[in-house]
Amino acid sequence: MSKVLVIAEHLGGKLNPSTARAVSAAVAVKPDAIDVIVLCDSVDAIAAEAAKIEGVSRVLTAARAENAHPLATVLAPQIAKAAAGYSHVFAPSTTFGKDVAPRVAALLGVAQVSDIMSIDGSHTFKRPIYAGNAIITVQADPAHAVVATVRTASWAAAASGANNAPIEPLSLDIAVPTHTRFVELLQGKNDRPDLQSASKVVSGGRGVGSKENFEVIYRFADKIGAAVGASRAAVDAGYVPNELQVGQTGKIIAPELYIAIGISGAIQHLTGIKDAGTIVAINKDGEAPIFEVADIGLVGDLFKLIPELEQAIG
Amino acid sequence: MKILVGYKRVVDYNVRIQVKPDGTGVVTDGVKLSANPFDDIALEEALRLKERGGIEEVVVVGIGPADLTAHLRNGLAMGANRAIHVVTAEAVQPLTAARAFLKLIEKEQPGLVILGKQAIDDDASQTGQMLAGLWDRPQATFASKVEVADGKVTVTREVDAGLEIIEAELPAVITTDLRLNEPRFIKLPDIMKAKAKPIDTIEFSSLGVDAHDQLKITNYAAPTKRSKGVMVKDAAELVAVLKQKGLL
Repeated sequence: MSKVLVIAEHLGGKLNPSTARAVSAAVAVKPDAIDVIVLCDSVDAIAAEAAKIEGVSRVLTAARAENAHPLATVLAPQIAKAAAGYSHVFAPSTTFGKDVAPRVAALLGVAQVSDIMSIDGSHTFKRPIYAGNAIITVQADPAHAVVATVRTASWAAAASGANNAPIEPLSLDIAVPTHTRFVELLQGKNDRPDLQSASKVVSGGRGVGSKENFEVIYRFADKIGAAVGASRAAVDAGYVPNELQVGQTGKIIAPELYIAIGISGAIQHLTGIKDAGTIVAINKDGEAPIFEVADIGLVGDLFKLIPELEQAIG
Repeated sequence: MKILVGYKRVVDYNVRIQVKPDGTGVVTDGVKLSANPFDDIALEEALRLKERGGIEEVVVVGIGPADLTAHLRNGLAMGANRAIHVVTAEAVQPLTAARAFLKLIEKEQPGLVILGKQAIDDDASQTGQMLAGLWDRPQATFASKVEVADGKVTVTREVDAGLEIIEAELPAVITTDLRLNEPRFIKLPDIMKAKAKPIDTIEFSSLGVDAHDQLKITNYAAPTKRSKGVMVKDAAELVAVLKQKGLL
């Protein structure tokens, strides 16, 4: 009998869409139950959102002041305790999930499967290694719980709305460490669509040339209602903040449309976009590696082509 | 205070990996091996902290086969004081690596352990978090800025929402992100000096670490290739194609 515990990710009192993606992976395990655990200081709004996700059996809440910020050292012992009786513990493979899940696994004394991209059986998973250049099949020991992170780009978000799962407070009466403290979160101001869940993404690279020139990318993205991403080169050069980085060490995304502008296409960048529906490359170098993976390529100067594109879109 | 740095050897990040046709692994024979890029950043940060004062010793730790010694010499040439080589011919997964590290920590009593945020071969991103959990100490993952003062460390972390600043009491585990620093190059005289620096070798089996519960890898496959794309001649044609596909 399998039961999956999904760790909810949230920010500012709102559930992150990555949670519904992790639920999709949990559904693929074909378990008897899928419970979502919400750890926060104020859980109600987040739990109500989680309860609506299709496939969720119960929402378990752990409300305490120490859970106000997502500190792995504080959350992991609570999750490990809540994991008793579950065959699987899933977290989204976001910076939150990557931070907390291995600590939970260590506390449970089990190995972790990172970045599950598909599920072949309740204990058999596929995941990418070497920046997505090889896919391995991993078998976990059924004798104990499977702790895993779910590669969000590989799983569509489970539908939300029709479900009305019961919400139950958990009493996890344990002392949590005080040796790690939250100080501050500096958020980039961004009213554009979220990079990881957007259906369209426009990304700029080194070819954009400067922070000022990146305005061209922002304007074009806004014109087509896309999120904005960037290559590592653009982030390192200071054109855009780090949270826009797409690739092996940044965000792994799977939009319907990905437009790479002035990006040569290093292996590490391609890892982040391999699952995109349609990849468009715009680059002045016709030999750039990005054209090997692009569905549609256009060679030319981006500063000439973008205004032309805007005009053609109308 | 002493700093332990994890120093893994991996297939160089520029190499295009080939999966063996029989699905038993990837081709590593004759392939260029290098320090995991995040581990070079970890070592660089440890050396910078030492240069700022208050750190007595930086120790690089590697787990791997007998010929890993040459790799550890690179860490010594970069500036580490000494190296610990845990010798094993078997591949070691993160939980086992974390358990082995914990044994070394019990002996070495470091104030700080700095690891890379992930190794670019298995892309697991687990060892630092697992070690911190087993050790019951703070973890500061994906660090892009580290400041040590008054028995605590203040770390800026690269998270999906932006930059998060946390404060932790020492000892603690830090994992490095790309933008923490730019690792220094190794100079020739330092390679010569590194030959005189000590490398302790410890047989993995002598650590008393349980390694039986590693995950079983049953198959390696190449990723599905995207089908060859088309080139368009101008902006108007691109927009027409995207509109036809219903993407604009």
